[in-house]
Amino acid sequence: MGGSIAAIGMSLAVIGAGIGIGNIGAKAMEAIARQPEAVGDIRANMILMAALVEGAALIAIILSYLTA
Amino acid sequence: MRRILLIIACFWALQGTALGQSHDNHQAEEPHATEAHARHDENAGHEKAHDDEEVDHAAHGDLCAHAGGHQEEEFDPAATAYHHISDANVYTIGPWAFPLPCILYSKEDGWSVFMSSRFGIGHHGNGHKAYRRYVLDEGVVKRIKDPGFPMEEVEIDGIVHQEAETADGKKKVVAWVCYNGQAFETENKSTADFGMFGGGVTSFYDFSITKNVASMMLVAILLGWMFIYVARKYEERDGKAPAGLQSFIEPIFLFIQDEVAKPFLGDKWEKFLPFLQALFFFILGLNLFGQIPFLGGSNVTGNLAVTGALALITFIVVNINGNAHYWKHIFAMPGVPKPLLVIMTPVEIIGLFIKPLTLMLRLFANITAGHMVIIIFISLIFIFGQSGENVGGALGAAVGSTLLTMFMMSIELLVAFIQAFVFTILTASYLGAATEEEHH
Repeated sequence: MGGSIAAIGMSLAVIGAGIGIGNIGAKAMEAIARQPEAVGDIRANMILMAALVEGAALIAIILSYLTA
Repeated sequence: MRRILLIIACFWALQGTALGQSHDNHQAEEPHATEAHARHDENAGHEKAHDDEEVDHAAHGDLCAHAGGHQEEEFDPAATAYHHISDANVYTIGPWAFPLPCILYSKEDGWSVFMSSRFGIGHHGNGHKAYRRYVLDEGVVKRIKDPGFPMEEVEIDGIVHQEAETADGKKKVVAWVCYNGQAFETENKSTADFGMFGGGVTSFYDFSITKNVASMMLVAILLGWMFIYVARKYEERDGKAPAGLQSFIEPIFLFIQDEVAKPFLGDKWEKFLPFLQALFFFILGLNLFGQIPFLGGSNVTGNLAVTGALALITFIVVNINGNAHYWKHIFAMPGVPKPLLVIMTPVEIIGLFIKPLTLMLRLFANITAGHMVIIIFISLIFIFGQSGENVGGALGAAVGSTLLTMFMMSIELLVAFIQAFVFTILTASYLGAATEEEHH
């Protein structure tokens, strides 16, 4: 078990994705509260957007994992 | 009925593509995979031997000094986790090891087809026999480098793992087979990537029905049976309310049809529905199959080769169905000033490949992370129990770890559905973008 600069890279990527997905979730909740009848559409789009944000973070994590 | 048959055909197509590639090939797991075994502080002499093709048996004689007995080893949670998420040539359910067919090919010896029970599977999936220079090391088939090793079935004294330094200064664990008091070096496990991912080039190729392939076949047969059964029920009960398995499949099927296919694909949804349904149910089936405790813990969708094959199918389907409008937007985005195209076109072309790449990584990382977290929570029992010395600690940790594991399992159940859904919805959105007609 040793720390490395790659671990810092991974954690930075996770922080970025966390902020992004947090924002998506917060706005989706707001939107659902405002328009409860559109809950289906909002949920599907929320998951789609979260997946896209996650994708960028995953690439960063895998790259730092491979270069570690 | 025709649609159902199409879906089944898609399952088998997916299955066949992933079949040959189920051996994952990311080099990073290699160094940890076998660390739990004896670590020796040996003289630096073996580094030279590792670089040369010639193996100096005399220098490694002492490696095998205590290979026969089962030595006390410290518990290593990372190694345990890596061992459990990787593929294997045996199927272990609890204390029982079920042999699987090994289909191996090497240039010198040709094809070797036999059951992995020939290795005499023992503790931890370690074989105590060698056959045609192949050995079973922690459930994975490896080949002995030295051509002087006997080809027929022989008893070996054991397999010892030792850290060695590769040419580029990285630490790597090499497995040594002990036979007749001598140590024989083994190759890496087989990869079919020609060394692209750093696993090295091996002299043999492993096309075996491994644990992952066997699980995939099982899930495909199960899903095939389910869909044929439900399709028959629809014919029988025409006009009546769904019953039994029908009422389980129908809402999920309709959800994909109404929430994924129709909104993203517009009026072409009927053409791509079988593909999307096959993708969704195949991934969901494998995700859920991996969640069943004690059933070998098959981590099929947590294998880069499997998710890579799935993403490749999506990539091919999307680009074959891409219309002129789609390609125009990639190579010459309309309405963009000419000088800007120098930047835009390369970015769009990279984006073409990033899409399947993220599909592959997302599914792989989510499922692997889930499996690893569960294994690490279970490892807490052994960490607090100090490998059996501290019974009180083990008991206390067992209670905590059971609760944590149950919590994680329920989260993973959710993730299994969400990831299958995300893969399908992203495929649908890429397909939608590729088949969209011009409207401006």
